[in-house]
Amino acid sequence: MITYGSKKQLEELKKEAEKIRLSKGNIIGDTIVSDIFNNAEKLAHKVVRQGSYSVNWTTKTDNILTSKILGYPIMLLLLSTVFWITITGANMPSEIIATVLFGFQDVLTRWFIMIDAPNWLHGVLVLGLYRALAWVVSVMLPPMAIFFPLFTLLEDLGYLPRVAFNLDHLFRKANACGKQSLTMCMGFGCNAAGVVSCRIIDSPREKLIAILTNNFVPCNGRFPTLIAIGTIFGAGAVSQGYQSLAIAGIITILILLGVGTTFLVSWVLSRTILRGETSSMVLELPPYRRPKIGSVIYRSIIDRTIFVLRRAILVAAPAGAITWMLGNIFIVDLSLIGHVAHFLHPIAHSIGLDGFILMAFILGLPANEIILPILIMSYISSGHMLEFDNLVDLRNLLVDNGWTWLTAVNTMLFSLLHWPCATSLLTILKETGSKKWTIMAFIIPTTIAFTLCFIVTQIAHFLFI
Amino acid sequence: MQILNHSQMLQEYFGIVKKPDQLIIALAGNLNVGKSTLFNSLTGLRQHTGNWPGKTVDNAQGSFSYRDKNFLMIDLPGTYSILAHTAEEEVARDFICFGHPDVTVIVLDATSLERNLNLALQVMEITSRLVICVNLIDEAKKKKISIDFITLEKELGVPVVATAARQGIGLNSLKESIYQVAIGSRELNPTQIKYSMEVENAVLKLLPQIEKFRFDKLFNPRWVALRLLDGDEKFIRNITLHLNSQSRWAVTREAEIAL
Amino acid sequence: MITYDKSIPLSQIAVGCTCRIVGLELDGILRRRIQDLGIIPGTAVECIRRGPSGDPTAYTIRGTTVALRKEDASLIHVHLI
Ligand SMILES: Nc1nc2c(ncn2[C@@H]2O[C@H](COP(=O)(O)OP(=O)(O)OP(=O)(O)O)[C@@H](O)[C@H]2O)c(=O)[nH]1
Ligand SMILES: [Mg+2]
Repeated sequence: MITYGSKKQLEELKKEAEKIRLSKGNIIGDTIVSDIFNNAEKLAHKVVRQGSYSVNWTTKTDNILTSKILGYPIMLLLLSTVFWITITGANMPSEIIATVLFGFQDVLTRWFIMIDAPNWLHGVLVLGLYRALAWVVSVMLPPMAIFFPLFTLLEDLGYLPRVAFNLDHLFRKANACGKQSLTMCMGFGCNAAGVVSCRIIDSPREKLIAILTNNFVPCNGRFPTLIAIGTIFGAGAVSQGYQSLAIAGIITILILLGVGTTFLVSWVLSRTILRGETSSMVLELPPYRRPKIGSVIYRSIIDRTIFVLRRAILVAAPAGAITWMLGNIFIVDLSLIGHVAHFLHPIAHSIGLDGFILMAFILGLPANEIILPILIMSYISSGHMLEFDNLVDLRNLLVDNGWTWLTAVNTMLFSLLHWPCATSLLTILKETGSKKWTIMAFIIPTTIAFTLCFIVTQIAHFLFI
Repeated sequence: MQILNHSQMLQEYFGIVKKPDQLIIALAGNLNVGKSTLFNSLTGLRQHTGNWPGKTVDNAQGSFSYRDKNFLMIDLPGTYSILAHTAEEEVARDFICFGHPDVTVIVLDATSLERNLNLALQVMEITSRLVICVNLIDEAKKKKISIDFITLEKELGVPVVATAARQGIGLNSLKESIYQVAIGSRELNPTQIKYSMEVENAVLKLLPQIEKFRFDKLFNPRWVALRLLDGDEKFIRNITLHLNSQSRWAVTREAEIAL
Repeated sequence: MITYDKSIPLSQIAVGCTCRIVGLELDGILRRRIQDLGIIPGTAVECIRRGPSGDPTAYTIRGTTVALRKEDASLIHVHLI
């Protein structure tokens, strides 16, 4: 058997080392670090020649992007421009994809009739599974396939650390870490990924704050829902030419609200259950690098497409099938969905939603992508309307089911602020290793979503009705 | 005889599943130097990359073959140092120290060689099976930085390769160097850090005691001495842990053979 | 208590000025973090810009740019050069 010495021997060794260390005034660690760097420095001097170069693009760019006057406006402008391009660009492809996919639905139906398939089978597979898939793909894919390439370009350019640099003082006021903005940026892609990226924050307390608030950035599954609802209800308000600008404005405000909530919650956490001093922050600002625009765009479109399609097939399709069944199993004179919605209605109503919306959010726990399809299918199965295949029809469906602008606002707020999806919660459990913090990660946003929607609704009722 | 079951240890501690014929390549380096980009171009995988420090926070693995060998490459989170203090630095450091990769590739940023060499020198104290990859040479060129690679290689005593990972420049020489180091056909003679007198003296004082532990095949005793002097508590704990577990495997293995 | 003769905290260096580090008063994890970046006695540091609201501040150190908060920079002692 091989032994490496007993524990006791190791302890002795440690003590001996400790003694030597202290006898040198406890600076030996510093000397070691300095010595290594001195070696590196000497070596570098031997092999590196710095020629003179006149234009430092990074400095020039930073003079603008992090300047006192322009720093924040440019950030805001970039953000809303990205949204604007996303919204404008996604419109057409969305329509086309919807036309194609829903066109194919009719073909499928004909096949089912041809082989004399039972009604319920057609219901589950075509009206449930396939249609949910079609909805998710046509609503989610185009905006995400436009947003992410743009975002990746900014990321590859090196803009994200500048965002962190610009916003750090706000996080400092909240006793949190400036690198939290980087984790928030990752949250756009997927909150679970955002939570994992919180590892870049050194202080455990500040890392926890970042984890608990990551959800206030809308992820891939919620962002298109916000855009869709924003488009439906925001567009009518202004004249044709300015529609996408108006929607971009709405989305920007929503995102800012999410960011604001993040600051506020971080601030409160730092003064209550996660009390503590701000710890230090070291942020490296890498030089800007020109992205390979073509390949970045191409790659990230492919990446996102695969991501969205995968989610659509893995979660949205089964959810569609299940929803269809729940909507078509009747107890007395109401479907199961109807019963649940009926039960939820009072509480949903007080926060400006209806029973179906709240139910869709609850059933959407596995993945935010499925909330909209579940909602649509619940409305359909409750019998208001059967044929529709584009956003105009979606608008009609919602309005027919009693949606007003207040419903739209509250749905967007609730979507932005409500509990994290199951995947995110599991990731939080894994990263924090604590049930308590996972539960908190559920409770905090949920409380905020209910409270804010309640206040908005009550004020609106008080003012207008 | 020391590490009786390398694959088992890799799996248990690092979640790395290796095929029997695969050689393990660790990809280490400062943050944001293009490790994941290199990893992607060598393995054909699609790890996320991005121009900000900290993009990769977890190990990723991918395989490639070159000539007659198969390699399993591990993309480690970036670290400024392996006197690590943060969780992801620890991942990288522990892998280099305890994962016993067949080759460690250290990726350096050609535009800030001085700081990057700091890490390279630290790793060279742990292992000699190294390839130094100076990446981002296109950026360095833009900044009118020129590097004397021949002198650098001579000074470091291990293979040095210049690459521009995003453009795919230098990847073949990188693979060739990895291959040569892996099969042992390259003479390696990594330069050692010269410390000031007081540090050297302190190391000398500790060495006899450390040698009693018969670490030598696993860790460079001199390096263990330096860590002890540095008072790196976490690391000392990890050394103990890994030593124990590796002797545990030794025991298991002996039992297996006895049966 | 170590005193750094005639030194000033890094946080007080004006943008555009270069200085040399004489000592670190930091401890714990930040001390090592800072050292790992090459911020050690003898290193030249240039203050290059402040964030839009005056904090944090970006410094050039060994060819790289690193941003530090005021509290942290005030624990790094430097001499102007
Ligand atoms: N110009 C140029 N850019 C490169 C090169 N290699 C990588 N990049 C870019 O540098 C940035 C960082 O690359 P990554 O591969 O993410 O770096 P990393 O070392 O994995 O970074 P961390 O995971 O954060 O430690 C990306 O934007 C890459 O596109 C290169 O050789 N030339
Ligand atoms: Mg990486």
